[in-house]
Amino acid sequence: MKPHHGAHTSNTYIGAHIERVEDYRFLRGEGKYLDDISREGQWHAAFVRSQIAHGVIRSIDVSKALAMPGVRAVITAADIEGDIPTIPFRRPNPTIGPYAQPIIARDKVRYFGEPIAMILADSPELAEDALQGVTADIEQLPVIIDCKSAMADKSLLFDVTGSNLASIFNADKGDVDAAFAAADFIIRDQLSTQRQTALPMETRGLLAEWDAKNGKLTVSGAAKLPFFNRSTMAAMMNLPETAVDYIELDVGGGFGARGEFYPEDFLVAFGARKFDRPVKWIEDRREHLMAIGHSREASCDVELAFSKDGVMLGMRGDLFLNIGAYVRPNGMTPVRNAAQFMSGPYRMPAIHIAAYACVTNKTPAGTYRGPGRYEGNFFIERLIDQAAAGLGVDRLEIRRRNLLTHEEMPYSLATVLPSDGRADTQCDSGDYRVCFDACVQEANWAEKSKLQGKLIDGRYHGVAIGCFIEGGASGPQENARMVLEKNGDISLFAGSSGIGQGIETILAQIAADYLEIPMERITVFHGSTNLLKQGWGSYGSRATVMGGSAVIDACKKLLALFRISAAKRLGVEPDAITIAEGVARLADGRSVPLAEVASDHLEVDGSFKNQTPTYTYGSAFAHVAVDPGTGHVDVVDYVVVDDVGRIINSMTLHGQVMGAAVQGFGSVFTEELIYNDEGQLLVGSLADYLIPTASDYPVVRCVSMEQFPSPTNPLGAKGAGEGGIIPVGGVVTNAVANALSSFGVQPKTLPLTPSRVWEMIEDARVRA
Amino acid sequence: MKLPQFDYQAPASLSEAVALLMAGNGDARPLSGGQSILPIMAFRLAEPSLLVDLRNIPDLRGIEISAAGVRIGAMVRWRDILDNAQLKVVLPLLPEAIEHVAHYQVRNRGTIGGSLAHADPASEMPAVALALDAVIEVVGAKGKRDIAAGDLFTGSLSTSLSHDEIIVAVRFPAWPAARAYAFEEFARRRGDFALAGVAACYDVDAQGRAKNVRVSALSIADTPIRLKAAEAAMEGRVMDADAIKAASAAASAEVDPAGDIHASARYRKALVGTLLGRALTRAAARTAR
Repeated sequence: MKPHHGAHTSNTYIGAHIERVEDYRFLRGEGKYLDDISREGQWHAAFVRSQIAHGVIRSIDVSKALAMPGVRAVITAADIEGDIPTIPFRRPNPTIGPYAQPIIARDKVRYFGEPIAMILADSPELAEDALQGVTADIEQLPVIIDCKSAMADKSLLFDVTGSNLASIFNADKGDVDAAFAAADFIIRDQLSTQRQTALPMETRGLLAEWDAKNGKLTVSGAAKLPFFNRSTMAAMMNLPETAVDYIELDVGGGFGARGEFYPEDFLVAFGARKFDRPVKWIEDRREHLMAIGHSREASCDVELAFSKDGVMLGMRGDLFLNIGAYVRPNGMTPVRNAAQFMSGPYRMPAIHIAAYACVTNKTPAGTYRGPGRYEGNFFIERLIDQAAAGLGVDRLEIRRRNLLTHEEMPYSLATVLPSDGRADTQCDSGDYRVCFDACVQEANWAEKSKLQGKLIDGRYHGVAIGCFIEGGASGPQENARMVLEKNGDISLFAGSSGIGQGIETILAQIAADYLEIPMERITVFHGSTNLLKQGWGSYGSRATVMGGSAVIDACKKLLALFRISAAKRLGVEPDAITIAEGVARLADGRSVPLAEVASDHLEVDGSFKNQTPTYTYGSAFAHVAVDPGTGHVDVVDYVVVDDVGRIINSMTLHGQVMGAAVQGFGSVFTEELIYNDEGQLLVGSLADYLIPTASDYPVVRCVSMEQFPSPTNPLGAKGAGEGGIIPVGGVVTNAVANALSSFGVQPKTLPLTPSRVWEMIEDARVRA
Repeated sequence: MKLPQFDYQAPASLSEAVALLMAGNGDARPLSGGQSILPIMAFRLAEPSLLVDLRNIPDLRGIEISAAGVRIGAMVRWRDILDNAQLKVVLPLLPEAIEHVAHYQVRNRGTIGGSLAHADPASEMPAVALALDAVIEVVGAKGKRDIAAGDLFTGSLSTSLSHDEIIVAVRFPAWPAARAYAFEEFARRRGDFALAGVAACYDVDAQGRAKNVRVSALSIADTPIRLKAAEAAMEGRVMDADAIKAASAAASAEVDPAGDIHASARYRKALVGTLLGRALTRAAARTAR
């Protein structure tokens, strides 16, 4: 085992099970979310959303709404001067330009739920009342709801491009044709995952305030990436960046969807500026389901080539991702990720995958925890289990033979073109067999595998194991400003943002260890653009690694200033001073505590630059029991073992892993955004969009390891917020297939609803 | 999903409540537990001008148990039914079914009368009322009347109540000592609307045969329905494995459910039979003890 390469300090907050600082206020009901704030004289916004999935707007009549009580204004595209602004991409590539989302529909609507007007009224109730007072005359066009009809160009969403393909990403490595020519065994399948959304419990909300005197716009309700959104807003508003602030309050979940720049972000701010009034908007759950980023609607036709003893030789095929009506800021991430990361933790010498980003008349897609990785993992793990059966190789052995080892690091994945700046990437460190073996042990595979396919008390039991990697530490940089307050306490201003993951705790732990002072003396402020000049935020499992490393840099700089200040006071050279536990000491016994130099106004800017991702890796085990009468699948046991390089806080880490696993069960069993053929979303509430509840999946066990620290950052840590969800689709579905092996059931599509599971069994019975 | 504008009254007597509903002329709606009407209003699927809250009316409360049977006031909440130890003895099918009603919070608020008047075909209470030949006591502008459970439900979310009528209580006939029963439903998550459910009971005669068989199903048609073919398959038979199998098959054969986003028609049709088979197996085990 390698030693940690983090500095050794006398404090040991890092690695400990430390209760979250945030929870003191959350558990007391003292959290402050967007809807907890209001401004004198504010107007409330409500959005008129297209009920037609695809059509040409002939006219919009707002006169009735304007005449309704309490209605102050109605904004449509006609109120926007010049071109309708489009939302910029965070990861642009050469082909997606025409597919950017306009902030309001002017000539055409392209999805059910697209904003066509904004009502401003004295209360949210009155604003909602007035929605019925807006009538849009929309001439319907043929609707594209799936990739197949999108690729047939049966109807074009964007006439100017002549195609419904926003981009085609190609992931390549080695000589794939030669690999398949040399193969002893080839497995091919067509599989799919369903459309979902991330569903943070707190829906979106914004409060925009315009200070006409100073020409300044303040937007509260920021999440995820306030600084990117600030520069986006400033450009759209033709304001200097310094004239816009994004304020982050408590945030009830992000998961990739919350905090991206959406049309409503601009419109609410536009209303505030146009009428010089605070404008507040709280998204309701029905519009949340149709308006926030969707994700995960993907299918594949992929084949894997093996040698006769189960060694992977190559992978080729096509992926089709239904990205909805526009390319959102992060809309391409799942597409390119699915292509690049499908090989996951396995040694795959030859790859050719084409991933098609198909535009359709559905809500535009974005990222959802483990974007593209969850989908790709489902595809490859289903193929591996079927290959094991076809080859007659044990399911553990076929994985173990192909998992990457320490000696192979860093290991290059397929190159993805067109490049979005990250065409190439390498797994950074680790021995993937170690977690795998630990998972096999923890799951008690030796005993549990005896249950495979057995019918016990009316239920069929099945087990499976799967492996994953998780990309983390998204670049390019994070900043942290540190101020020594008058009382000797530390204020830490982080560019990272809080989305419920506990960064106030994590960053305070790191700072406390490096400054060698009690954690209670550090207060973390985060996210808002008025706290520091530049920051990046929380996405791509980056806050701990990027934000934490920036904090280390700030700590080092603060200690250096402390040394100088203390040296001055003691009248010695700085080199003569030893600093430990917040006190500067001389060999003669004289000392200066940190608080004493507060009058020197010590303030430092720390930063960490890094473009190299970290790769947490792990294995997951599932034991399921299937009721053949109802099609219900019970998750009897679920184990996930991962190596995160370095554990900062085992409690928050396990919270991330368990939460992600349970979220994944929702993906496998219950959650689906279903559309009819007219492109209307049939899911309008949480009675139809079934997320996991507290009692549904009681058994999730996780074990975290830190045997191979990441060489990319001073903490040695790896991003760990998403790994928990990545393997769930594959491993649970394989366990269901294993349980139903006597019927020969091979699930190809998710979710595994009771109805679908029962039908698979019934169809197999009929076939037999 | 904000509530539309409406007026609110909480009268202290039935006659006042009826008068308010009468004056509302179809645009006023009674409010009991509020677990359905308020979300429906928030979704703007209904916009009544007046809600008449029944909470202050004493006549709608109380559970009365007598030799003649059980009478439960319309404003009795699910929680009250589950907390009543006697009901588990004198009307055990009811609490067994009510255990499946939604979640803790909803059971604390939802009422028996509200559920019957709401007439959601996926709800437990209408199916139980049907299986147990309950009688619904109502009062309206024209006075009191009794409605047999079988005559109350006219369609999805619709009943034979007129707009000025309020459910006062539900009467259940006395429960014979030798009665077998069980309630089964299956939902995607605990507390969700059931994909299908069955309530079954029958009396066991001296020879161990099933008599007075009553089987109803929920979430399988526009209203709760009696499964007459399944009942016929059971009537007069000893409920052994063969009889249970026959009843289960008859139940699946006689229903014609619709598919929706949660489950296919084909699945629901089979599920009714599966659930009845499980219910009858449990019912039979109960009488064997």
